[in-house]
Amino acid sequence: MYSDKVIDHFTNPRNVGIIADADGVGEKVSASCGDRMKIFLKVSDGVIEEIKFQTYGCGAAIASSSMMSELVVGKTLEEALALTNDDVAAALDGLPAPKLHCSNLAADALHEAIKDYQDKG
Amino acid sequence: MKRIYLDNNATTAVRAEVLEAMLPFYREQFGNPSSIHWAGRSVSEAVEEARERVARLLNARPEEIVFTSCGSESNALALRGSVVFSEAWNGHVITTAVEHPAVLNSVRFLEKQGVAVTILPVDGDGLVDLDLLEASIRPETLLISAMWGNNETGTLFPVAEIGAIARRHKVRFHTDAVQAIGRVPVDVQAAGVDLLSLSGHKFGAPKGVGALYVRKGTGLTPLIHGGHQERGRRAGTLNVPGIVGLGVACERAAADLDLQVPRIRALRDRLEEGILSRVSEVRVNGHRRQRLPNTLNVSFAYIEGEAILLFLDMKGVAASSGSACMSDSFGNSHVIDAMGVDPMMANSNIRFGLGPDTTEEDIDFVLEILPPIIQKLRDMSPFYSEKAAG
Repeated sequence: MYSDKVIDHFTNPRNVGIIADADGVGEKVSASCGDRMKIFLKVSDGVIEEIKFQTYGCGAAIASSSMMSELVVGKTLEEALALTNDDVAAALDGLPAPKLHCSNLAADALHEAIKDYQDKG
Repeated sequence: MKRIYLDNNATTAVRAEVLEAMLPFYREQFGNPSSIHWAGRSVSEAVEEARERVARLLNARPEEIVFTSCGSESNALALRGSVVFSEAWNGHVITTAVEHPAVLNSVRFLEKQGVAVTILPVDGDGLVDLDLLEASIRPETLLISAMWGNNETGTLFPVAEIGAIARRHKVRFHTDAVQAIGRVPVDVQAAGVDLLSLSGHKFGAPKGVGALYVRKGTGLTPLIHGGHQERGRRAGTLNVPGIVGLGVACERAAADLDLQVPRIRALRDRLEEGILSRVSEVRVNGHRRQRLPNTLNVSFAYIEGEAILLFLDMKGVAASSGSACMSDSFGNSHVIDAMGVDPMMANSNIRFGLGPDTTEEDIDFVLEILPPIIQKLRDMSPFYSEKAAG
């Protein structure tokens, strides 16, 4: 049901945790199943220096959070804002169809964190 | 990796002696039991022997057993067959909020045809209020359908008390006993049941065979029209190997109530106590005493059920969950919801269904691997760290 990449990221999620002095914090809750992702960012010169996440949800939710964090660390905010949920799913070699619209929220949660950073700025 | 199967409420392996009894009926004794010639006669005898075995387990008469293809068909035949037979399309059916979808969706189908429906709520243990049940009965009530043992939580309804109420009001009583057979004593006389559904694959018979007990004098309109099989209650050539297997499984189930069930109950209790003592903020879903002896349904705060199942599966442990992520409808289990469980707790429920093959080593292995899985997922959960931060 899940690709090897999903299983890898679910089993060994990258960048789990919180950043106490984060520059931006954002979160997204799935209206359909209650999955919740919370993203913490450290930003320097318009680049995401560090990213941490916490996720409540199924294997797909955890794997997509982890994959998203790998995709954007070291990237500019503009690049990160261009990332879509579909990009995250594609990087995971796909997600089962029912999961695409509930657990695949990582880019949205990331964008909330960037917005929080920009609002503070 | 050792494989540990703790999903016996979903299905069971066919027992060796069941399979052995079935095999001659594929090649050597392949006849149609409806045929009068030599090929049919011996097969017909085997079918009737199986019917006697099923009847004996239920304390019923052989002619009261109708063979079906599965538990869902038995439930549909009981519910739709009763209403169609009554021709009372303005009649009334009572059931409960925690029934299997095969019952609930059959009832909803009947509701669309004009039948009035009462779906009784349950309390936090998953039990119905019997006074409310009795008060719900109307002059036009055709049928009460209440399950014997719940497939998700294992909670046992007081079937005999419900049967007594139904009888007092001369209302037909159907019970879905799919999860109860082989796990608790099931006696249709003592329970005052008119219709009872069972399914072979839940207790060591193969998939594709079930039965409906139909008390003598209980009229039913068939779902499947055709030949005169099953005394006109269910047309279709009989699934002879499956029926033979079901008969043997019923015979073994009776013996297992004394031989196996006490051992399985002790292992279930070991698992339950072990989890409660090793993991904090856990909720056991279901009645703690009035419960199927093989079933443990447990919720873990702050995390989600599918993620737990995936980690268990990676360690070779098969269990199941009624979390929102596991359903097609993205709703939590209707059973756990009906019990008024907090949605986050409902979303992490894990069902362990023990069986005859479960060993003490299996349970101890689960108790060893489960607490770190729960902790790993909690360490990822925003709810957990926010709670810790106060």
